[in-house]
Amino acid sequence: MADKKWLPRWFFQLASPRWCYQITGRLLPWFLLATLILLAGGTVWSLLFAPADYQQGNSFRIIYLHVPSAILAQSAYMLMAVAGAIGLIWKMKVADMVLKSAAPIGASMAVLALATGAIWGKPTWGSWWVWDARLTSMLILLFLYLGVMALNSAIENESTAAQASAVLALVGVVNIPIIKYSVEWWNTLHQPATFKLTEKPAMPPEMWLPLLVMVIGFYCFFAVSLMQRLRNEIIWRERRASWVRELLNKQ
Amino acid sequence: MSTGTNPENMQKVSALALFMATMRREFLLSFRRKSDLANPLIFFLMVATLFPLGVSPEPGFLAQLAPGVVWVAALLATLLSMDALFRSDYEDGSLEQLLLSPQPLFVVVLAKVSAHWCMTGLALTVMAPLLAVMLFLPADGMPGLMLSLLLGTPTLSLVGAIGAALTVGLKKGGVLISLLVLPLYIPVLIFGSSAVQAAVTGLPLGGYLALLGALLALALALAPLAVAAALRISISS
Repeated sequence: MADKKWLPRWFFQLASPRWCYQITGRLLPWFLLATLILLAGGTVWSLLFAPADYQQGNSFRIIYLHVPSAILAQSAYMLMAVAGAIGLIWKMKVADMVLKSAAPIGASMAVLALATGAIWGKPTWGSWWVWDARLTSMLILLFLYLGVMALNSAIENESTAAQASAVLALVGVVNIPIIKYSVEWWNTLHQPATFKLTEKPAMPPEMWLPLLVMVIGFYCFFAVSLMQRLRNEIIWRERRASWVRELLNKQ
Repeated sequence: MSTGTNPENMQKVSALALFMATMRREFLLSFRRKSDLANPLIFFLMVATLFPLGVSPEPGFLAQLAPGVVWVAALLATLLSMDALFRSDYEDGSLEQLLLSPQPLFVVVLAKVSAHWCMTGLALTVMAPLLAVMLFLPADGMPGLMLSLLLGTPTLSLVGAIGAALTVGLKKGGVLISLLVLPLYIPVLIFGSSAVQAAVTGLPLGGYLALLGALLALALALAPLAVAAALRISISS
């Protein structure tokens, strides 16, 4: 490892399922606490105290669920692809498990984003579904998730399944920008992204601050559920290892 | 290759010779089973027949649908033929030999996909005017249809090969391939049918063709890498 100084030591430690299980066990309560505080606080703030939109009235409040879930659905795919690349390059078992654990969470976030979008679209656009660019690309993202999950469950050998889904996730990542832009040129009705890194949001701060809280809360929630799934996966795959047996015997 | 008992000699096969040899093998194999060649084309024709029956036989209405229907039919026909790309090689063990050989897998994969495209994508393109006439596509749209299919179907074959390579080790890969690959086909479908629409309405279609060409260039450069990686993974189990 002497020639690999550019990677920190913890990166290689994460490769050990046992170490990963222990560290996530220590981090989990803190993330859980943060999730509870942020989501509860953000929900109350956004639903009760944030001002209503002058055009859309109270129906706009669904964006406090819609935007975080849409952001998270995209981030989870990126995380999945990064985990896949790490798994393919360094052959880390834990990265494979992260990929497998992240897929269902990302897919459910995509479903949530689509459902809340449909519920919001009915009073605002007058129909549950329109073939708009961003809705369509979210739907395609959901299909990509479903593909990864289907491939993962179709292959019985665990390491082959993980590697195959990693390749698929990486192919998907190359394709996501292409799909996004092709669909955008095809048809656009949706408003542009709420948060951009380069610009100030168009909303007043009383509106976007609770949204920011919700987004961070969703990220923490994602971290919690990812760690839970990851820990389950580690226990299941390492069920023959002695440290898992000791752990199970203690309980 | 017949005198290639010495590994030194075997490694000196140039990429072009390897490409041509693989192409030749693929063509020979498929011309010995001619029904497999015709099946995607028949499927293509049948899907196009379903639309007038299912939607409406009215010419004006069909003419509006035609660009999309021909493209969707071509896409599904390509998808249908994809599963067979590596299947028989996998089953008789020659795929393993290909992976073990010292030749670059990139070239082998590219040759296999090119041969596959000649037998499906190119044939579909040649057959497309027939469907276009059946669906009352205006004659102005014909060049756009042919050109967009000519540029778009190789991308479909290349991307589909990734799905085929990932599922080759599975007994029932067929449905799974569609699930994996269809979302990735969407950009090609959008630009392809837009090119036809543009040609029908008399708008310039250079932009769409350029985009299809860009997708093809990207797929040519990257897809064989992904296919090669996927094949190695599928074989390893």
